[in-house]
This record gives sequence, C-alpha cells and structure tokens, in this order.
Amino acid sequence: MDITSSTPLLATGVSLGAALLIVLFRRHPNIREGWTILAALTKFALVASMAPAILRGDAIVCHLVTIAPGLSLAFRVDALGEAFALTASFLWIVTSFYSIGYVRAEKEHAQTRYFACFAVALSATLGAAFSANMLTTFVFYEILTLCTFPLVGHKQTTEALQGARKYLAYLLGTSLTFLMAAVVLTYYATGTLDFSPSGVFGSDVSGTLVSVAFLLYVLGVTKTAMMPLHGWLPAAMVAPTPVSALLHAVAVVKTGVFVMVRVVVNLFGVDLLSRSGLGTALVWYASFTIILASIIALRQDNLKRRLAYSTVSQLSYIVLGAALLTPAGITGSVLHIAIHAFGKITLFFGAGAIYVATHKTRVSELDGIGRRMPFTMVAFSLAALSMIGVPPFAGLISKWYLVRGAVEAGALPVLLVLGTSTLLNAGYFLPIVYRAFFVAPSGEEAESWRIREAPVPMVAALCVTAIGVMALFFAPSIFLELARQVARTVTGGIG
Amino acid sequence: MAEWVLGRYNYWIYVALMMIGFYAIVAKPNLIKKIIGVNIFQTAVFLFYISIGKVSGGTAPIVWEEATRYDNPIPHVLILTAIVVSVSTTAVAFALIIRIKERFGTIEEDQIRDLGRRGEEVES
Amino acid sequence: MNTPDITPLPLLMVVIPLVSALMTPILARIHRSLAFLTVQAATITSFVLACILLDRVTSGSGKVVYWLGNWEPPYGIEYSVDALNGLVLVLVAFVAAVVSVYAPKSVAAEIEASKHPFFYAIYLLLFTGLMGIVVTGDIFNLYVFVEISSLSGYSLIAMGRRREALTASYNYLILGTIGATFILLGIGHLYMMTGTLNMADLARLLPPLYHSRVILTAFALFTVGLSIKLALFPLHVWMPNAYTYAPSAVSPLLAATGTKVGAYVLIRVMFTVFHPNFDVQVIPATRILLVLAAVAILMGSLLAIAQSNIKRMLAYSSVGQIGYIVLGAALVNRTGMTGALLHIVNHALMKGALFLAAGAIVYKTGIETVEGLKGLGRKMPLTMAAFTVASLSMIGIPLTVGFVSKWYLALGALEAGMWYLVIVILVSSGLNAIYFWRVIDWIYFSPPNERLEALPAGDAPWSMMGPTLVMAALCVVLGVQAQWPVGIAEQAAALLVGGGR
Repeated sequence: MDITSSTPLLATGVSLGAALLIVLFRRHPNIREGWTILAALTKFALVASMAPAILRGDAIVCHLVTIAPGLSLAFRVDALGEAFALTASFLWIVTSFYSIGYVRAEKEHAQTRYFACFAVALSATLGAAFSANMLTTFVFYEILTLCTFPLVGHKQTTEALQGARKYLAYLLGTSLTFLMAAVVLTYYATGTLDFSPSGVFGSDVSGTLVSVAFLLYVLGVTKTAMMPLHGWLPAAMVAPTPVSALLHAVAVVKTGVFVMVRVVVNLFGVDLLSRSGLGTALVWYASFTIILASIIALRQDNLKRRLAYSTVSQLSYIVLGAALLTPAGITGSVLHIAIHAFGKITLFFGAGAIYVATHKTRVSELDGIGRRMPFTMVAFSLAALSMIGVPPFAGLISKWYLVRGAVEAGALPVLLVLGTSTLLNAGYFLPIVYRAFFVAPSGEEAESWRIREAPVPMVAALCVTAIGVMALFFAPSIFLELARQVARTVTGGIG
Repeated sequence: MAEWVLGRYNYWIYVALMMIGFYAIVAKPNLIKKIIGVNIFQTAVFLFYISIGKVSGGTAPIVWEEATRYDNPIPHVLILTAIVVSVSTTAVAFALIIRIKERFGTIEEDQIRDLGRRGEEVES
Repeated sequence: MNTPDITPLPLLMVVIPLVSALMTPILARIHRSLAFLTVQAATITSFVLACILLDRVTSGSGKVVYWLGNWEPPYGIEYSVDALNGLVLVLVAFVAAVVSVYAPKSVAAEIEASKHPFFYAIYLLLFTGLMGIVVTGDIFNLYVFVEISSLSGYSLIAMGRRREALTASYNYLILGTIGATFILLGIGHLYMMTGTLNMADLARLLPPLYHSRVILTAFALFTVGLSIKLALFPLHVWMPNAYTYAPSAVSPLLAATGTKVGAYVLIRVMFTVFHPNFDVQVIPATRILLVLAAVAILMGSLLAIAQSNIKRMLAYSSVGQIGYIVLGAALVNRTGMTGALLHIVNHALMKGALFLAAGAIVYKTGIETVEGLKGLGRKMPLTMAAFTVASLSMIGIPLTVGFVSKWYLALGALEAGMWYLVIVILVSSGLNAIYFWRVIDWIYFSPPNERLEALPAGDAPWSMMGPTLVMAALCVVLGVQAQWPVGIAEQAAALLVGGGR
C-alpha cells in the first residue's frame, strides 16, 4: 500500500535548510555547528519515523514536480531506500561530531563552506535513496557530485584541486555521457522511468538494446568505483578525513552502489537479467574488481589509500550480491550497504584520529601506536576484523548471505572469489593491527606510555560506530528485516 | 542547343555578374573594392528579378487600349525595395570603412590583419 | 476556408518598436534619459503584447493574422502568428526588454555620450527587424526585415570600444549581405515558378513543382543564405569576432535573439513553405544538415575550449549550440523538433545570462580573459552565481533548461533511429563540461591575482544585476517547471512535422 506523505521531502530537505542556516550563521561557529547537529538529529528522526510503515510492507510516496510529460521528480520510500537512508542519516550524526572535532583541531579554513556542502551532500544522498524514478535518482546523483567537489578540494592546494578535478572529471564525465544515454535509452525503450519491483523492460524490448542500456548503466554509475573506472576514489583521498569517511565510505560510493542495485532490481528486474545472462556478466565484472582492488590495497603504504582500495573492493561485494539475482544474494547486498558503512567509517575515523593526534599518514609509521591511542586503535581493529568477516562482528552476516546467495545461484566459483578476497582482506588489515599493538615504537616515542588521543568528539564518534559494528552482529534485526523485504519484493515472494 | 543557350541569355548574364562580384569580394584586399564586388553581386540579382518580370509580347503595365498583355510589374516593385536595401548597405559599409581608415590608418585587409596581430602581441 | 482570426496585434509587434525608434533621437533632445526610457517602454510593451498574442494563439484558434491595408492574401502582405512564431516573439521581446533594462549603465560606460540616442534608436530598429522577421507571412517582407535587422546589427557591433569592432562589423556586413542576397535570389526563383510571395500560398502551390530544378535551386539558396545568418558551421566565421567586440549590451541581444531568429526562419522555410517530405524524400537536405549540425556541435565545443577571451569562448559555444537546434529540426520528428524549439528558448536564456554576466564583469573590472576570472567568486558573488548557474545549464545538469532540451534532442535522435547522434550530443556535453567547469573552478577555487585583489569587492549596479539574475533564475525555473515551454513547443512541432512520430 502506498501512503502519501511529505516526510520523505522533509527528511531530504532538512539538511538543505540547515545549509542555508549554516551560511547565515557563519560568524558564530558554535551556533553554526548547532544547526548541523540539530539537522542531523532531525533528519535521523524523520527517517526513522518512516521505518514502522516500511516494515509493515507499505511504501511512502511523495510527488514533487513534473518537469515535462514523462519527466517527474518524485519520492517513493521502500525497504531498499529506507535501509540506505537509515544508514546514511545515522552516520551523519556521528560524523557531525567527528567533523567538528576534526576541523577545530586542524583549524581548517572555510569551515562554513565545509559544513554547508556537507549538509547539501546529505540531502542529495537521501534524495537518491528515496527517489521513485530514474530521473530523480539522476538529478540527486549529479547534485551529489557537484556539492562534494568543494569538499574534496577543500584544502585548495594544487594537489587537492587536482584530486578534486580528477574526481569531478570521472563522475561528471561518465554520468553526463553514459548515464544520461542510459536514462534516455530506458525512456525510449519503455516509455517510463519509474522503478518497479519487477523491472520496467518488457519482453518486447530487443536484447541488444537491453544489453547496451545495461552496459551504459554499469559504465555511467562510476560512483560504484568498479575497475577500471575507480581512479577517482584514491584521488579523492586528498579530502579531509571526515569527508573521506562519510562521503567515500558512506554517501558518495554508497549512492553509487545503491543506484546500481536499484538499476539491477527495479529497472531491469531479476527475471530479465537472469534470462539474458547479463547478471552473470556483472558477477564476473564485480569479482574481477574485488580481487584486483584487494591486491592493490596490499601494496599501499598510505593508510587512507589502502582504505580507499579496500572500499573499491568491498563496494563490488554489494554489486556482486545484487547481480547474483537470488534472494539471499540481494539480502546480503542490502545488508552489506549498511554493514560496510559502519565498518569503513570507523576505519576512516581511526585514520583521521591518528592524523590529528600524530600527523602520521603511512602504515609503516604506525608501530606501537596502539599504546598511545588505545581507544582509537581498538575500535579500528574491531572494524578491521568485521571487514575481514570474523565473528562476532557484523561483516560476517553480510558475507554469510553473499555465500548463501552464491550457492543458491549455483555460482560456485563466486565462493572461491569470496574466499580469496577474505584472505586478502586479512592480508592488508591485520598487519596494521599487528604493528599498532605488537611492534614496539621506535625513537623518542618508545619511552612514552602516555595516552595522547585525538580530541574527545572524534574518539567518541569512532567508538560509537565501532559499537555499531558489534551491535549489528547481535541485533541486525531492522536492516535484516528491510533487506529480506527487498529480496522478497523483487524476486516475487520467495525467500 | 544554341537556342537553349541563347534563349536564356538573361540568366547567363546574371550568373556571370554574380561570379564577378563574388570574385571581387573574395580576392580583393581593398575594402572599397570588396564593397564594389558586393554591389555587382547584388545588381546581378536585380537584373535577374527585372528579367523575370518580362512577359513575351507584353507592354508596360499601364491600362491602355491597344495592350493585350502586360509585363509583370511586381518584380520591379520588389526590386526597388531591394535597391534601397543595397544602397543602405553600401552607405553603412562606407561609414565603416571611413572609421576603419581613421582607427587603423589603412583600408587594405592584409595590413589591418597584420596590425591586429601586432596589437595582440602588445596586449599579451 | 473558415474565417481567420484577424487582429492588429501582429502589426503592433512591428509598429511599436519602429515608431519608438524614430522618436528616440528626438525625445533624447528633450532629456538624455528619455532615450533609454523609450527603449524600455517599447520593448516591455511589446513583450506584454507578445504574451497576450501567444496566449490567444495557443488557447484559441491556433493562428491569428493581420492583413496589411486589408488586402486579402495572397495579394497583400499578411502577418500571421501561430504557436511557433508566437513562442519566438515572446522570447525575442523578453530578451530585448531584459537587455534594455541592463543597457543604460553598460552603454554609458562603453559608448560616448553623443552617440547614445542613436545607439538606442538602432537598438530598437534591430528589435523591429527581428520582430518583423518573426511575424511576417510574406516571404519578400521577410527579406526586408532580415536586412533591417542586419544593418542595425552591423552598426551596433561597430560601436564596440576596440577598433577590431569595426573590422568585425565589416566582415559581418560582407557575409551577411551575401547571405541576404542568396535569400533574395531564392525568393526570386520561388516567385518565378509560383507567382506568389505569401508563405501559406507558396506551401499550397509548391508540391506539384517539387521536382523542378528551379525550386531545388531556390531551396539550396535559402538554406545557404540562412545558414550564414544563423552561423551554422562552417559558415559561422563572422560570429566569434562580432560577438567578442560588440558592446557588452549588444552581445547578449545578438546571441540570444539574432541567431535564434535565423534558426526560426530556417525551420519556417524548411517545414512550412516546403513540406517536410520535400526535405527528406526529394533531396537529402535534412541528411546534409544533420551532418553539418553534428560537426558544428563538436567543432564549436572543441574550439571553445581553445579560447582565452570570455566572450569569444561563449561565441564558439554558440556555434555548437546552434548545431543542437539544427540537429533537432533536421531529425524531422516531433520529439526532435520539440527539442529544437525548446533549445531556441533555452539557449537564449543561458547564453543571454552568460553574456550579461560577462558584460557585468567588464563593467566592474575590465576583465575580458578567461584566466582573469580566477578568484572572482569572492569579488562579485552574485554575478558569478549567475554565471555558474548558466554554465551548469550549458553543461546540461538536470534541473536546468539545458537538460530539458538535451533530453528531447537525445530522445528525438533515438526515435529517428540515429543513435550515433546521441553520442554526438553527449560527447559535446562532456566537452562543454570541460570548458565551463574550468571557468567555475577558477572562479571559486583559485586565488585572485594582485590586480584583482586591489579592486573593491561588489557586484555591478542593480540595473545590470537584475536582468542577469532574472535570466539565470529562468534557467533553473524553466528547467524544473518546463511544462509551459514544452507544451507550446510540442504544439508548434505538431504544426511543423505533423502528428506522427
């Protein structure tokens, strides 16, 4: 049943309004940050208020505006969108505290622009999560790219601007060409852009056209960072760490995979993709990225770059899960959006905390840092273990569903991919943990056992997310419920 | 064949004139000569118009007892307008040329181009 | 034939600016500021009347006419307005009105005071010519108006500050006259075969003659002549210099209306005077135009990347954008034509806003180069905001007008079965993104140079900022709420290429 309500619009708009207030109160940093926190809490409350209805199996709809016949902006919150929105809006609260600690400790310039763009980015993320049709998704996808550009290039050094330009060139270039072409092609072939549980491509659409459109979507949604179009993600690591954390572990890349999942299940539909074999092709493409990115991550010494390549690899888990086209696979995929978000944000928070406290950015410099920053590094290690898939952390759950999905699909080689990738994950995360706790620090620091952590808001934030990682293992209920519901709707009742 | 060619002499003349005018526009560097070319070009079209108004055996379009067929006067009227346009264009062009002479000191296109290029170098 | 809807409104479209133009220099003797007040009054009145006219056309009979001297067509000159030229009328009048508000400050800064009355008089003559081209239903009358607008255009461009304005104007004059003479010759050929000058009558009489060589020649002459007027690649050579050196108040008017009216005439001649079947089946005119348009789109964008002068960059970008309009029209289907007509309006808004912003920059800082914009975002926030919005629209970001027209053009190309044109359109979006984003990036993220640092911060006066912001705002408003222009464009497209796809 569809419930008409303006809650999705409010939830999306609240941070846009906050951005305005942030700019108006630019002379009063404390009030300005107050708006950020207030908007974050309001946003989460609004998103959460929609959860009961979604869990009942209803959808919340809200029509915004019709641009032209066939082109309309509309929201329709379903289980998939709600799962993503819950994750993003909850993590924004945590990140807001963390950001405040970070920019004040680092005395960053242009803080108003920073917080305003952050707020707009969250609006765009929620807009994409709630969109009812491909046009709305496309609109928010582009807005997200544009409003994160100032965040990525925040430092305005030559290096930062180059990274930001690369970021923009990849994301804007591919979306304006491939994604736009894909959307036009979809409308041309089907006469609609509205998402539907069984896909919109009818059986009368020619196979070639479907394949071309699908390929264009895969190439166009570059935010999924699938190889070889992943180059923007490591380049974007020039951004301040909270930006990397939220945008490149949560908002931007997750919007990418979220859109990809949407395209797979709601635009093409499970039936069509499994019949045409395109799903299998996507599975292999994702597998390729998973393995290759993990191998590259092994070789990175810069901590943030290592995390970035780990993200590239983990994102493809989500795409892979959806591309398996089985109930368990899709459940795993949706779960992994949330679970990876919690894990990766903790890792980035950790990297940022290390940078603020010690100005170290390389893995090889982290010898014995666990003694100096115990809270940070314990949280970091928990998140790392979750990423690997060790119990009792949430990472295991999504991996479990992915494995079940692969078995259901009869794609046994995928098991091998998942296994190898788990080993590789361990290969690039465990050395960091090992160095932090078991290698004695060198030089002057060797003598000092004093705890010198990053500012309190930052440490608190990363502890919260680390606890989240554990909590999601023991009580994944709401996300699991939503993910199952997605799987149920799109695969036609089974599972 | 010869009749086919000669019977259409008015068209040949207008085409030839047009090409002469066009040649002057393209090939002459002097701005005044270019305008003369434009004038020839336009005049060719006027002649074309005037010639298509002629009806064989027709007389001037005046109500007259002995006349049975009249020439078509409309092209002639049209072309009066076109002549006015042509004169205005020429006037604007001459005004421009005078100003160009004042500002550049020459009305030769190649020299103006050289001056422009040098000007750009000075700017940069 | 049912009785036509006769009203003097179409005539007023021409008479109001014409009479005001003649009065301007006289009134200016009474008081200096009466000159531009006359222009503003005339253009705003025309805009209001054009809106009334368009409303009457779209909601009523679909066509209103006025017979000059009450001579019935095809004997007398007929002015007729349908959805197509109604839309263009509103557009031209709107741009002229907006620019007339913008002009006084800019003109005062760039042109010597003694010439002001004449500047405004010629401005109105240009407006008269453009409006006349659009309303007239008589093909010879069209030629006369083309020349009125062109001659006033040459004079306005020549008033630019730099001496290169004179040579730019002269070159435009030569090419423009050749183009107009081609049109005149084409009219002669049509008249020779049919004996009529009325467009509707021509459309009725021409079909049996479609295979006559004279008619083919006439069509070719029209196409070439009009291509010069609307600066279709490779006949665009006059345009970059003309736009670059024209006074700041003239460039937006010419860019937003001059070439658009040319595009309107091309569409009118190809699809009303001639039948769409003629363009497609008798001669491969649309094929040729498609190729030219595709080349124009790509070359215009590529050349724009290479430019260092702001206005010249915008002019080359126009070369590409005109390619879009011609491409949409040459697809000969309803969606493509809707896209072309929408792009006439949308491009006028975007390019108008960009040229107005460029003029405001010159007024405040004297900066003309793209490099000079570095760090200007802090100094002139409103101007740069307008510039940014219009640039994003040129790139085709959704929620702007640029996206809407690109959407229809791409969809039209697919419907015509020409998927490769979609590639052309989208590659050009990418190229646009390169040169416009480069500017946005410099505006906001580069430090200003010393000269700029020394200048006081602040935007141009409100009489200039108002028009700029209105145009930029419309880029967004009509991009989000495009029902109205799309509705009219679709109605006009149905008239032109028939109901079917």
